Amino acid sequence: MAEEVKLFRTWSSPFALRVVWALQLKGIQYETVLEDVAKKSDVLRGYNPVYKKVPVLLHNGRPISESLIILEYVDETWKQHSLLPQDPHARAMARFWAKFGDDKVMQSIWTAFVSEGKEQEAALAEASEHLQKLEEELRGKKFFGGDNIGYLDIALGWLANLVRVFEEISGLRVLDGERFPLLFAWLKEFSDAPVIRDCWPSHDKLITKFIALRQLHGAQSSST
Amino acid sequence: GEGRGREADRGWPSPFVMRPRIALNLKGVEYEFLEEKLGVKSDLLLRSNPVHKKIPVLLHAGRPVCESLIIVQYIDDAWPSSGPSILPSDPYDCATARFWAAYLDEKWFPAMSGIARAQGEEAKKAALDQVVEGLSLLEDAFGKISKGKPFFGGDTVGFLDIALGCFLGWLRVTEKMNGMKLLDEAKVPGLAKWAERFCAHDAVKGVMPETEKLAEFAKLIMAKFKAAAPPPQ
Repeated sequence: MAEEVKLFRTWSSPFALRVVWALQLKGIQYETVLEDVAKKSDVLRGYNPVYKKVPVLLHNGRPISESLIILEYVDETWKQHSLLPQDPHARAMARFWAKFGDDKVMQSIWTAFVSEGKEQEAALAEASEHLQKLEEELRGKKFFGGDNIGYLDIALGWLANLVRVFEEISGLRVLDGERFPLLFAWLKEFSDAPVIRDCWPSHDKLITKFIALRQLHGAQSSST
Repeated sequence: GEGRGREADRGWPSPFVMRPRIALNLKGVEYEFLEEKLGVKSDLLLRSNPVHKKIPVLLHAGRPVCESLIIVQYIDDAWPSSGPSILPSDPYDCATARFWAAYLDEKWFPAMSGIARAQGEEAKKAALDQVVEGLSLLEDAFGKISKGKPFFGGDTVGFLDIALGCFLGWLRVTEKMNGMKLLDEAKVPGLAKWAERFCAHDAVKGVMPETEKLAEFAKLIMAKFKAAAPPPQ
């Protein structure tokens, strides 16, 4: 029986990209349903009524939401090219750092990108602290997953894409080779890896999108 | 296999601290419970969780594991042949349990703890409405997930039971302090009965705080919060 695998995503969502990487790395056949963030389909809303967001993975008619949860589901369902380590402590650490990436690293870098003056300075300092912790996690490893790309590389992969976009637009120095040599090297290894390198959304389109988002945020905060 | 855990813990009021304790109890794993003093973080805690400096932290064979839901999954992975499986074996059921657990931590519990801190009646009502809506969603989820069995985990207490059940003490305190029934048998009958079963379970009984004690603790915290808050404009 043919399996039905569908991924609801937007062209730019870094969260949906995680699922694309996982599916591609495992060689799973799937159909993409492109959603418009401004006009989400009723179908998507039906599959993710709580958050109404992408990504949603549909497998044999059953929806799974939340990118990190989808990653674990994909890893448990299709065993080739294992993403999470076998060792319980290593698994716990991978989950811990993935959550840290979303809750702390992403938050601080985003704040630095959309704010100004003292708020921006503080956010940048915070981001540097957080990045330093990730730098330490890479010690002695090519990827966070060791010799091969794993769950944590995929979870942090947005760094390899969006940080360059943010730096280009804002002129800020967020993740440079002097302060974070290991992370900087990892960005390149990850970006150029087979499968990963074929999936990046258009750099130019991202620049346009985030310039607009930054202006929107700036306008909102200056009008209060 | 064999193993002893050690837990560094500020203590009995924290719902997050309850989670690993229930998991360890389910697995029949012996552990040492190190209570932290309120307001003072020990060197051991700071060394074990340098990133967040928070409890709970599980120390097993000298290695720390942090974040309550991550610890529960670790316990399930580390003691696979002791006691029941905490995470469901089916990947889809697993994803469902993780989804609702994340919802609890990211949306529902912040709304509930927001009730006490809400400034003004409107803000309070908004927070309460969120909690009530969440309970309605969870009632629906319970029906679908338990499939007529006593717990979210089926016949045994599982991941989502632990994730939600740890908040029951604070839910009761919220009911008491606001003079309203949230776990209302008329509105959420499945959850109301589930809550009784959960609290009566052997793995839970000894670690679920008494509502009276929690209410006293809540008053203490509220007093501190009000004292520290800036004067109204």
